[in-house]
Order: sequence, then structure tokens, then C-alpha cells
Amino acid sequence: MFAYFLDALTPFNLMLAMFGVTAGITIGALPGLTATMAVAVLTPMTFTMPPSSALIVLASIYMGGIYGGCFSAILVNTPGTPSSITTTFDGYPMAKRGDGALALSLATLASVIGGAIGVLLLLLVAPPLARAALAFGPVEYFWLAVLGLTLVASLSEGNLLKGIMGACLGLLISFVGSAVMGGDLRFTFGSPTLSGGVNIVVALIGLFCIPVVLDLISTAEPHMEMDKERPQGFRLREAVKLLLNEKINVFRSGGIGALVGALPAAGGSISSLIAYSEARRSSKKSHEYGKGAPGGIVAAEAANNATVGGGFIPTLTLGIPGTPPDAIIMGALLVHGVQIGPSLFTENSEIVYTFIFGLLVATILMLPIGLLLGRYAFRAFIAIPKSLLVPGVLLLTILGTYGINNNVIEVFIMLALGVVGWALSRAGFSPAPIVLGVVLGQIAEQGFVQAWLIGSATSNLSGMFFGRPISLAIIGIIILSLGYPLLATQLKKFGRLKAHD
Amino acid sequence: MKSHKIKKLISGFTLALLAAGAQADYPERNINYYIPFNPGGESDVTARMQEEGFKEATGQGFTFQYKPGAGGATGLSQLNQMADDGYNIMGFNLPHLFLQPMSGDVGYETDDIEVVYVFQLTPHALIVPASSSIESLEDFVSRAKETPGALTVAGVGSNSAPHIAKEIFDDAASTTTTYIPFTGTSASTAAMLGKQVDAQWSFVTVGVEQEDNVRLLGVAMEERHPLFPDVPTFKEMGIDLVDGAYRGVAVPKTTPEEIKQELSSLFAEINKSPSFRQTMVDKGYVLIDVPYSEVPEFMERVGSDYKEAARLLGLVE
Repeated sequence: MFAYFLDALTPFNLMLAMFGVTAGITIGALPGLTATMAVAVLTPMTFTMPPSSALIVLASIYMGGIYGGCFSAILVNTPGTPSSITTTFDGYPMAKRGDGALALSLATLASVIGGAIGVLLLLLVAPPLARAALAFGPVEYFWLAVLGLTLVASLSEGNLLKGIMGACLGLLISFVGSAVMGGDLRFTFGSPTLSGGVNIVVALIGLFCIPVVLDLISTAEPHMEMDKERPQGFRLREAVKLLLNEKINVFRSGGIGALVGALPAAGGSISSLIAYSEARRSSKKSHEYGKGAPGGIVAAEAANNATVGGGFIPTLTLGIPGTPPDAIIMGALLVHGVQIGPSLFTENSEIVYTFIFGLLVATILMLPIGLLLGRYAFRAFIAIPKSLLVPGVLLLTILGTYGINNNVIEVFIMLALGVVGWALSRAGFSPAPIVLGVVLGQIAEQGFVQAWLIGSATSNLSGMFFGRPISLAIIGIIILSLGYPLLATQLKKFGRLKAHD
Repeated sequence: MKSHKIKKLISGFTLALLAAGAQADYPERNINYYIPFNPGGESDVTARMQEEGFKEATGQGFTFQYKPGAGGATGLSQLNQMADDGYNIMGFNLPHLFLQPMSGDVGYETDDIEVVYVFQLTPHALIVPASSSIESLEDFVSRAKETPGALTVAGVGSNSAPHIAKEIFDDAASTTTTYIPFTGTSASTAAMLGKQVDAQWSFVTVGVEQEDNVRLLGVAMEERHPLFPDVPTFKEMGIDLVDGAYRGVAVPKTTPEEIKQELSSLFAEINKSPSFRQTMVDKGYVLIDVPYSEVPEFMERVGSDYKEAARLLGLVE
């Protein structure tokens, strides 16, 4: 196995990994261009390489892209990729108060550790985890999505009603298009584009990026000021110290990320949401979450990077891609004549292990490359005049939206959603619940319809929804996450009363 | 007036000359091969395998371009706006080409797409996990008749190829099963492997990928698949279901006839290459040959089958 490790370390492969990570981070960091797009665009380039090198490039791009999403999430309040939505919760408030560099360094450390946890789980326990993932049926996905929705509500503390309304708007948007079951067209107004539904990335770009751009235009202040009183540079020492305080958090979030990533129909956005909510619940400073708590960034970034390794678990052991970029990478392997399937590990072990170690190397490379790029990105971002930043971001959002499906109508949908999102943000609605509603609505509806159909066919509808162990466990967590804030306030009141006595 | 006519004549003549020249040397540069799906998909994999044979025959290669979106409709709706000089070709899938326009306005009609060659088929297959208690097609049919509707079968999408296969099968075998739509082959395969459903309607290629994890109950072919000599065809069981997903290439409608002919014979040649045949068969594909001259008849035949299937699905009256 050590030989495979050395294979991944050949100068050529190392150089490819460096290139992949850099390209991935750059594309992921640009608002409007996602990790999936980075992988898709660069895939044909790898067709001329030997299979294991091609895989290393693609995996490095993917890993870098997921991590790169945190740059714009922290600096511009715009997730560069859907899985960094949760990073905006605390990353942007930190940047706002002048701790942008610290937030970036912290996110880098958390991403590297989270990424490594995912890859190590892939290396060590892939087959049993893949089998466990298969136990997740439609009804479990339904409950998982419901859990996600309750988290959205409980995360919008102080603004519960607006959070719920936002999530409902997101659910409504997720209904647009042809129905999962029966293919009926809903809210498409005769448009062929809308019959395919509102693409999640289109909603993400519109609801996050455009309001930011409009806000930048409508205010005279500079977009971000260098706070002379704050320490400059990487602030790596501080970041390490903060991370040491979040030891349990980073490992728990990495674990959650890898496990959720291994589920073929869930992704980075839901895994980081669950990790974030767990981190907040167990934190002593939970009231700081959402206002720039370092623990929030750690949870979100550790989880979404762990999803990368986790997602490859079903891809490599079962031939079932765990995330959209996995599907593209799997196809690239087929072009190379490598047959994906249960025997991949035994028949093509040298490719698989070189790949896994390459992924590990890429993860570790993220540390120096990320810190360096982060430093320059932060400086450049502060230095760039607003008159260049705004048109630049706007151009990227339009290019990025067009690039998803080569469809100009989606650009208009994105812009329309952007204006709606801006108006809503003025009224105090944050975009995260809306976008998460769009993401989770699709998973929830599919799971519900499938579970209902299977339950009816086997005349066991209640057993389908309430009789399966994993479902019951998720339902338990849902009740806990809904009840906990109530319980906590009751306890606090009780405590205060006692103090008064 | 006169000079204008002469000019017209001359330009017409030059054009004709140019056209003749183009055909003689066609292709004299790389051809743009548009894939209306993501890179790495089955259409892309096939196209890349074809490039070798194309190079051998012509000395030119393909430049691959991807135009994914709306299950291929985004690319196909742009095909006729491309230059018709023979240097733009696009892959397509059946039954998508028939079903998409039936389901609403997708930016093209079936007749708009000028097919020059249909080169392969991924046959439908009825698949169960290896540990399933359903041992054979007889088992499946008798279970489906015992408790109508209780057998659940996963497939990709509504009004899609697997959905059609399920409807035709139920119709022909007089069974009632419950179709559970999933988005994407991976979700559908995962549901079958995890026994969330009893079986899966998919393609022979899934059987090849999943190896010993699954058991094929039947394949929708005229004869048994060479990789699965023990798996019966539905026909053997008296169920008239011979179908799957077809792939081929199309060109902008106004591309010169000679070039269409030439492309057709080039793809025929690629399909004959023994090494190409071997790789495709190993992956579970079935090679077929529908040259340009036979396309109208082929489209007519499968088209009427799909119309019948669409009637079963309630898509058309």
C-alpha cells in the first residue's frame, strides 16, 4: 500500500494535484462558478492522461472547489458553491468585524482536517459504510430533509417566523417544473426551461449574489475596510488556537460530513447544515452562532470537505456516485476504460489506491495553497475598487448561470430571483432558508412520494413512515431539535425564577 | 441586370465547385461532435471510443463539445442553427427524441432532427439484487399476478425509457406492478441494491457494472446477450418487449445529402471495427446498424411503438 502512496507522490502527480487544487480553489471561490462546474469543464482535459493521474487532477479540483467556496462565502456573503451556504452564517459576520483573514485561515484548517477525515474513512471503512448507506431508503431521505428544514427554522433564531416563511418560499420554488411522480407540469407558465425546474445553483446565485451586488451599488461606503487596529497577515497562530478549542467540533463535523456524503442522494449543503446545528447545540456559546462564532465556520467547512471523501465511498465501492461531481468523475473513469463497480477495489486496486492517496495529498496541499491564495484573495478583495468589483461579480454570476445549461432564460430567472431576494433582504429575510428550502424541498418531495408509493403498494403506509429504525432515529432528532430551544428557554426561566427566590 | 445574372451564375458555380471539392476531401479537418449531455456520460464514452475508428478511416478526429441541459433537449434544439457544412454533428438518444416533444414544447420537434446513423442500443433489463427471493422471470410474473401492484420497481424518471419498458411489460405479461420513479440511475440502482424496492427497470449496462451484486431476470432483446447467456429474453417468455435506449448521430437539416451519406458510411465503418465492437460489447452495449438510407423506415417503426407506449402512459390520446 505504501507503493501506492509513493505513486501519488511522483513529481508529475504532485504537480497535477497542485494544479488541480489551485484551479479548484479559484473556480470555487468565484461567486457563480461552482465546484461541479469546475469538474465538468476540466474533465475533457484529463482524457489524455493516464487514468490515475486524471483521477488525481479531477479529485483535486473537486476538493479545492468545495473549499474555495468559503472565500466568497466569508468575504462577500455569497457561497461560491452550494455546500458553503452554512459558511456564510458566521464567516461573513467575522469578516464584517475585520476578522476576514482569521476566518479564512480557520476555514482552511477546518477544511483540511475535515477533508482528511473524509478521505481516511474512504480508505479504511468504505465497504461497510457503503452498505450502511444503502439502508437509507426514500423515507429516510424524506425525514432527513424534514430534519434539514427544522434546522433552518431553528437557526433563524429571533426571526423564526421569517425563517419559516423563507423556507416555505424555497419549498414553493422547488415545486416548479415537472413533478417527480407522473411528470405533471407545475407553475411552468408554458416555459420549456421552467419545466426542468428552477436549478439549485440558479437559485443560489440569484438569491445570494444579486442582493449583495445591489447592496454594494446602493451604498456609498467601501465594501470592506482594512481595520488598522486588527492584527494583519494569516493570523494562523490565532486560528490554530481557536481550532484547538473546537477539537470535538471539527471531528464530529468531519464525521457527519463523510457519513451524509456517503448517502447517494444527499450532498454537502445538507451535511454542513446538520454539522452546524449540532455544533451550535453543543456549544457553550451557542448564542454567538450566526454572529461570527468561529465554531460555526469550523463545523461548516469541516463537514463540506469531508463530504468529498464520503461521496466517493458509494462511487468507488458500488459504482453509485454520491454527489454530482462524483458522477462526472466516474464517467471520466469509464472513458479511460476503467470499469466502475464492486470489483474496482480488487481488479484496479493500484488506480483506486493511488487515487485515494492523491486525494489525501491534495487535501494536505490545500493548507499552503489555501493560506497563500486566501491571503492574496483577501488583500486583492480589499484593494479592488468597488467600481470594478460590482461589474466583475455581476459578469461572473451571468456567465456562471449561463454555463450551467447553456440556457439564457436561466440567466433571467436568476436575475428575477435576485431582485426578489434583494427586496426580501430589505424586509429582513435572509437568503439561506430560501435556498435550503429549494434544495431540501426536492429531496423531501421525492422521498415522500416514493415512500408513499412503496408504502401503499405493500399496504403498510404507517410502517413505512414510522416503523423503520433509521427513520425513528431521525424523527427523534427532529423532535429534539424542535423542542430543544423551547426547553432551553423554559429551563432558563425556571433558573431565573429560582434565582429570584 | 445582365452582369448581375452573370455574377449570380458565377457565384453559383463557385459554390457548386466548392461543394464538390468539400465532398471530395471531406472531412479535411476535425469534426465538431456535440454531446447534449455531460462529459463522461454514456453518449460521451461511446463517442470517444468512436474517434479511433474515425481517425483510421479519415485521418481526422473529433472536437468534442458539450451542450448539456434538459435531458439533451437544450443541445438538440440548437442543432439546426449550426453551420450545415458537415463539420457539426450531434449525438442523440431514443426514446428521448420522441418522448420529449410529446411532453410539451422543448424547443424542437422529432422531425426537426436529421438522423444520419443509429449505431447502438442499450437494451432494457429487469434487475433484482443478488440476494432477492425473486429467482427468475417466472417468479416475478407469478408474484406480480398473486398480489397485483404489490411488487415495486424502481426506474429513472416519469415518462422515460424505463417507465415505458415497465408499461409495455405489464401490458404484454398482463401483470400489475408499481413504478417508483427516481432521479438518476444512481439513485434508482441504490434503491434496488438496498432492497428499498423489489426490482429495477434499467439497462443491461447496469448489470455489467454491478456484476455479482445483481441478477438480471430478463433482457429486452431478440436474442440473449453474449455477456449474459443464462438470462432469458422477454420474447422467450412470450412477452413482446424488444427495446432499449438507442444512440446515434444527427446533423443540421440542410447539410448536403452527399455529406450525410458519407457520414453514414463512416459510422458504419467504425461499427465494423473488431476492437471497437469488443469494447462496446464488454460494457454491455449492443451495436446496431441503421444507415442513413434506412433511417426513415426505422424512425417510423420505433416511432409508432413509442406512440403506443405514450398512449399506455396517458401522454397522448
